[in-house]
Amino acid sequence: MFDFINKKWFYFIFSALIIVPGIISLILYGVKPSIDFTGGTLLELKISNQEPALTIDKIRKTGELQKIEINSIQQSGPDTYLIRLKPINKDQNQKLQEELGKELGKVTEIRFETVGPSIGKETTRNAIKAVIIASVAIILYIAFAFRQVPKPYSSFRFGICAVLALLHDVLVMSGLFSIFGHFLKVEIDTLFITALLTIMGFSVHDTIVVFDRIRENLKRLSGKPFPTIVNESIVQTLIRSISTSLTVLMTLFALLLFGGETIRWFVIALFIGIISGTYSSIFNAAPLLVVWEEWIEKKRVKSS
Amino acid sequence: MKKKRYLLWLITLLTIFSFIIDLPQNFRLSFSLGPMKIDRIISRPEIDWHFGKISIKKDFSPKFGLDLSGGTHLVLEADMKSIAEEDKDKAFDSARDIVERRINLYGLTEPVIQQTKVGSSYRIIVEIPGISDAEKAIELIGKTAKLEFFEETLDSAKEATPTSFTDIWSIPTGLSGKNLKKSQVVFDPKTGTPEVALEFDEEGAKLFEEITKRNVNKTVAIFLDNQLLSAPKVNETISGGKAVIQGSFSMDEAKRLSIALNAGALPVPLTVIQQKNVGATLGMQSIDKSIIASIIGLVVIGFFMVVNYGIMGLVADVALIIYTLMTFAIFKLIPVTLTLAGIAGFILSIGMAVDANILIFERIKEEIRWGTDQLTAIRLGFDRAFPSIRDSNVSSLITCGILYYFGTGIVRGFAITLAIGIIVSLFSAITITRTFLRMVYK
Repeated sequence: MFDFINKKWFYFIFSALIIVPGIISLILYGVKPSIDFTGGTLLELKISNQEPALTIDKIRKTGELQKIEINSIQQSGPDTYLIRLKPINKDQNQKLQEELGKELGKVTEIRFETVGPSIGKETTRNAIKAVIIASVAIILYIAFAFRQVPKPYSSFRFGICAVLALLHDVLVMSGLFSIFGHFLKVEIDTLFITALLTIMGFSVHDTIVVFDRIRENLKRLSGKPFPTIVNESIVQTLIRSISTSLTVLMTLFALLLFGGETIRWFVIALFIGIISGTYSSIFNAAPLLVVWEEWIEKKRVKSS
Repeated sequence: MKKKRYLLWLITLLTIFSFIIDLPQNFRLSFSLGPMKIDRIISRPEIDWHFGKISIKKDFSPKFGLDLSGGTHLVLEADMKSIAEEDKDKAFDSARDIVERRINLYGLTEPVIQQTKVGSSYRIIVEIPGISDAEKAIELIGKTAKLEFFEETLDSAKEATPTSFTDIWSIPTGLSGKNLKKSQVVFDPKTGTPEVALEFDEEGAKLFEEITKRNVNKTVAIFLDNQLLSAPKVNETISGGKAVIQGSFSMDEAKRLSIALNAGALPVPLTVIQQKNVGATLGMQSIDKSIIASIIGLVVIGFFMVVNYGIMGLVADVALIIYTLMTFAIFKLIPVTLTLAGIAGFILSIGMAVDANILIFERIKEEIRWGTDQLTAIRLGFDRAFPSIRDSNVSSLITCGILYYFGTGIVRGFAITLAIGIIVSLFSAITITRTFLRMVYK
């Protein structure tokens, strides 16, 4: 039987290799919040038959003339441009498009979104609240679900390890999106928060399957050393864990290829999260449990 | 054994029922079978039943969110600074009413108008599907409501055939919404029928007394935004600034009139604090793409299950198809408004739906490896996999609940579709698969 537990430190280091750069990026660059959180306007325009660089330049100049503060202009498709600006109202939008029409020919509005700063603050508050409440609810639920772990093992330690695995996934996702934000200008929006919470649910879902097997094996194989039991449980659930992730990843991949532009980064966030969630339940949560038990064992030996 | 047969019937019925709901409105069935040629249009049945006074009507068209159908999403904030605390709810209802009136004025299709109170701010959320004259309606929404009182046109002018209400009541009285303090529904102490009470300020009371004196036995019309609200007959001179409009109102009618009057009496400025316009073409493309993605996802998973689990996998695939039919039927029944994120949630739940099957089948394989015979292994597989299926799905449902509670719009759509998907998947993966497996391995 393959020994997972033996190589636990290797897995922890692998996780660290992903998480640490993410944390550094989070500290140095933070994340790029979208207008959902900051307030602002997003305007997508279709402007045909123009040199992109020239068009972008003209949009910027026209904006300046109108005293409209433009944060960024991006080409989002062959003839489409995504403009991010400080909140403007409908009249300003109309005026801007009229002026652009004079400069650049036919201008068609594809998308116009504007979020007032007060709503942005509120969304931010709600997102933070949701993440905190979800974490607390999940911790409570795990403590409840594992209340029947046989002595001397404690449901509390099971719970904490599941939450650490969860934290791992949150850090992987936020860290990577901080890096994406800095280098690819990817923004954190409400959909990202949705993905994050979904992954929190999924990660625990995965961890519970592994832990459930450990609990069962503790009864069935009592007498065997703890690391062996954990290892056996991982092996027994391994195919299931990978199969499930694969099926979810396959559907996500279909969405990624065919699902359209607006949810692309949402799907990527879920994709990364599912991989991380599966990895953390197999290679982090269960091995952590072993590390903890061994540490307690050592303390007990020392004190006696 | 009897119980199992009953389950099979239940599943068959549910599947047929779901399938009928899932059918598109009309679709053409055209094929030839040897000499037989069939070409007919099948229509999905609609519920339009009448039992005496009760009528049930439901059409099963899928509801698409604005990101798919295209349209305008607006959040308006009502400025309540000048409204007394006890009148705030009244003013809020009136603000909503005025928004609705103005949108309907432009004949925009099926607007969704909701009120929300967030902390101390009062908001109205408006969703207008399609991109017709939304811009004009929005322009109008921002304006303050205009409530005016008019007297009947003089008899001489009346001879000409009146073409509109404004011809019948064309004499301005100078009395307007700013003179009206508030309006509310009251009840006639004798008969108990609902009436609409008006309360004027000092200036309004004086004006109203003069108007009623001039118009005894004639009508005085009340217009909101140039639309006739009501034209009560004056019975006597009314002084003191308090009046009631009597009529054979139902409770609902009285309430509606009072709300409309308050729109003039308690005007609240509305400002757009959030707006989203989505072009319809972008939406249509997204629907097509999502359907393709769902089908591909299903097919790939179907293959995966058969390759891994053989006949059991095939059974799971049948269950998965039933699952898809049922989930979509539920979306139409509730109805759940489908957004892009919602469809993503649904597709994600397809992936999660087979998870329970995988857990069970892996367990069955394991039991067989340990030397259990196949039938017992199947039974044990279901029994032993159940606790972890239950425990693990609860955690996903918890996050769905939190997402629904804190989220708005798209996030809620995602949470609902994912949650429905998870619940139905438990039924399909456990009950349906088990029933079918029992048939296969009899």
